[in-house]
Amino acid sequence: MGVDVGTTPLAHRASKIGRDVAGPASDDVDRLARFPFEAVAALRGERMLSALVPAELGGQGATLGETAQAVTALGRYCASTAMVYAMHLMQLACLVRHGRSENLRTYLRQLTEDQLLLASATTEVGVGGDVRTSICAVERLDGRFRLRKEAPVISYGEETDAVLATARRDPDSPPSDQVLVLCRAPGLELEPVGDWNTLGFRGTCSLGFVLTAEGSEDEILDDPFGDISTETMLPVSHVLWGSVWLGIAAAAVSRAKRYVQGEARKRPGTTPPAAIRLAELATTHQQMAELVSGAINRYESIAHDPQALSALGFAVHMNNVKVATSRLVVDIVGAAMVICGMAGYREDSPYSMGRLLRDAHGAALMVNNDRILANNSQLLLVSREEDE
Amino acid sequence: MDEEIRAVLAEHAKLPVGISAIGDEDDLFQAGMTSHASVNVMLALEDAFDVEFPEHMLRKSTFESVVAIRAALEELTSARAG
Repeated sequence: MGVDVGTTPLAHRASKIGRDVAGPASDDVDRLARFPFEAVAALRGERMLSALVPAELGGQGATLGETAQAVTALGRYCASTAMVYAMHLMQLACLVRHGRSENLRTYLRQLTEDQLLLASATTEVGVGGDVRTSICAVERLDGRFRLRKEAPVISYGEETDAVLATARRDPDSPPSDQVLVLCRAPGLELEPVGDWNTLGFRGTCSLGFVLTAEGSEDEILDDPFGDISTETMLPVSHVLWGSVWLGIAAAAVSRAKRYVQGEARKRPGTTPPAAIRLAELATTHQQMAELVSGAINRYESIAHDPQALSALGFAVHMNNVKVATSRLVVDIVGAAMVICGMAGYREDSPYSMGRLLRDAHGAALMVNNDRILANNSQLLLVSREEDE
Repeated sequence: MDEEIRAVLAEHAKLPVGISAIGDEDDLFQAGMTSHASVNVMLALEDAFDVEFPEHMLRKSTFESVVAIRAALEELTSARAG
C-alpha cells in the first residue's frame, strides 16, 4: 500500500512525462548539471506551464493541490525537473493572484498561449539572504520602469522567458517596502555570474545574474510584496517544495520496497530481515505525505481570505511544514538506502540512492531551515491558543 | 493613548524616519517597519498597556497604522472595563 501520488489528469500527464522523458534524461541532467530541456519541452507540449492560469484567461484553472500532485509525480523521476516546474508554479501563483493590471492579464494569456517559463529573483547580493529586504529600487519615468538587480541566484535564469524580481518601491523607499516586478523580453537582460556545480538539484542551474530590466509601469504587481509573500509566495512555495521532496521520498521508498520484495521472492516463507525496516519506512513516508496534503488543505480552505492567510499562526504552520518535510526526506532516503544495502549504495544498480540522497540534502538549505526556525521562534513569542 | 503608542513605535518599529513624521493613518509597513520589528512592537504594546492580543488580532493589519493599533487596544481595554 503505497502513498497515493494522485489521480488527477494533471498528475497523470506528469507521471507520463516523468516515465518517458524526465526519468530517462535524469542521469545526464545530473552528471552534466544541465537544464532538463526535454522534460520542460514535454511540460510545454502538455500545456502544463499554464496549469494555474484561470480558464477565462485560457489556462486550465487547476488547484494548488492538483499541481502539487503533478510536482510529486515528476519528483519521482527527476527532482530537478520537478523543482523547475514547482518554482515556475510559485511565480505563476503570485502573478495570477496579485497581477491585476490589464497588461499583466494580457501577459497571462500570452504565457498560456506560448507556454512561457517564469523564474524568480528574490534574493540580492548584500541582503544576507533576507528576501523581505531589497537594496535595488524601481525607477519610474513616464509610465515606464527601470530596474538593475544583482541576484546571487536565479534558478534556470539562462532558460527562462521572464523573471519576477523584488525591489524597493522607489529610490526613496525603506528596504522593507518592496514590490514584485515582471521583467520580460524585450526589456530583460540577464548577465550570468559564476557557475553552478552543486551536490544535488544540479539541473536547476541556479547561477547568479546581473538583471537589468525595463518595461511598462503597470507590470509592477499591484499588491505590496509583503502581502504577496504572506498570502501566496510563502505558503505556495512550502507546499510545492514539500511536494518535490515527497516525490524524492516516494522514489526511495519504491526502490526499497522492490528490493525487499525481491529478497522475499528468493526465499518464500522467510521474511527478509529488512522487511521490518520497510514497515518503519512506510510510517515515516506516510507522515510526510500527510504533512504535505494537510498543508494543501489548510491553504485551500482559507485561500480566499487574505486576513486568515496573514495570521501569524498560519505562517508558523506553513514554516513547520517546510522544516519538517525537508528533514523527513533525508531520513527517508537514508533509511531506504540502508534497506537496499550495497545495492542502494552502488551507483549502477536499479536500487541506487546516490542522486536521491544528494537531492534530498538540498531541501534543508534552500531557504535555510535555521532561518525559518529563527523566524518561527520570534513569531512564537506572541503565539496564542486558537480563539474559541 | 496615541502618545504611548507612538512612544512604543519610536522605540521598537525601527523606522528610517522619526515617528513624528508618521501620520496616524500612514502605513507603517510601507514606512519601513519589518515583520520582525512588528513582533517587537506587539510585545512592547502588550507590556505598556497590560493587554494580550488574542489570536484573531495577530495579523499584519492590526499593526499597520497608529489608528489600527489604537482601535485594537481600545477593543481590548473596553472589553476589560466591561
